[in-house]
Amino acid sequence: MERVPVLKIGDILLVSIQVDMSDQTAVMLQEDLAERIVATGCHGVIIDITALDIVDSFVGRMLSTIASISKVLDAETVVVGMRPAVAITLVELGLSLNSIRTALNVERGMELIAAARTDEWVMVDGDEDAETTATT
Amino acid sequence: MTAGVDLGAPQTQAIRSDDDVVRVRQLVRTVAVATKLSLVDQTKLVTAASELARNTLIHGGGGTADVAGVDDGRRRGVRIVFTDSGPGIPDLDLALTDGYTTGGGLGLGLSGARRLVDDFDIVTAVDEGTRITVTKWSR
Repeated sequence: MERVPVLKIGDILLVSIQVDMSDQTAVMLQEDLAERIVATGCHGVIIDITALDIVDSFVGRMLSTIASISKVLDAETVVVGMRPAVAITLVELGLSLNSIRTALNVERGMELIAAARTDEWVMVDGDEDAETTATT
Repeated sequence: MTAGVDLGAPQTQAIRSDDDVVRVRQLVRTVAVATKLSLVDQTKLVTAASELARNTLIHGGGGTADVAGVDDGRRRGVRIVFTDSGPGIPDLDLALTDGYTTGGGLGLGLSGARRLVDDFDIVTAVDEGTRITVTKWSR
């Protein structure tokens, strides 16, 4: 059974899907990721699908589920590297993947996660921020 | 085949497991490339094949996919026939509705696959099985 490796880089878990996944492999990835998020305490997950020829409804659902699971575990998921033909096909298939954040490449994905974390800090420190604005 | 000439004998892939669904995708991709479908059309066809092969496995209890290059005199295309001898589909209109599912999925398999191909034909009989024929033509 093939397994998709999950790499830890700083505060981010990086998954680069390089194989044509069977449904079973996709389900295993979902479980592996949930465990790794908890084990590492990472706050971001980047799923790189540059190498995927297609995203069908099963893989699309897996991506949505991973995003939801990681959210509950206090991590932000960004899907990066979707090919144009895959995007066109997904929309026609009827999968809009509204719940998933996307970025064009890994670098932008990391920026998105960093920005999402900063936003949260601003929300926590909301009062302080208002004061700063008032004084300037 | 009523119209068109086969561009080679159909290649058959049995669908009995998860891994066979992957093999169907790979076979369809190979034939689509050989038929010179555009990249977007290849992607659409392979995605549709993936949905239908999964249906054949999950709902039909397994079956076969026959993949062939075809030519109707004006253009080339790829035709795939999915056959199973499962329970059949009692209410076809309902099964073709977006969001309708009995398998716990998103309910986009059948309806979505139909949107992704040019020709879509389905023959089904309760307790006898289902045969779905799809064709994607080059532009």
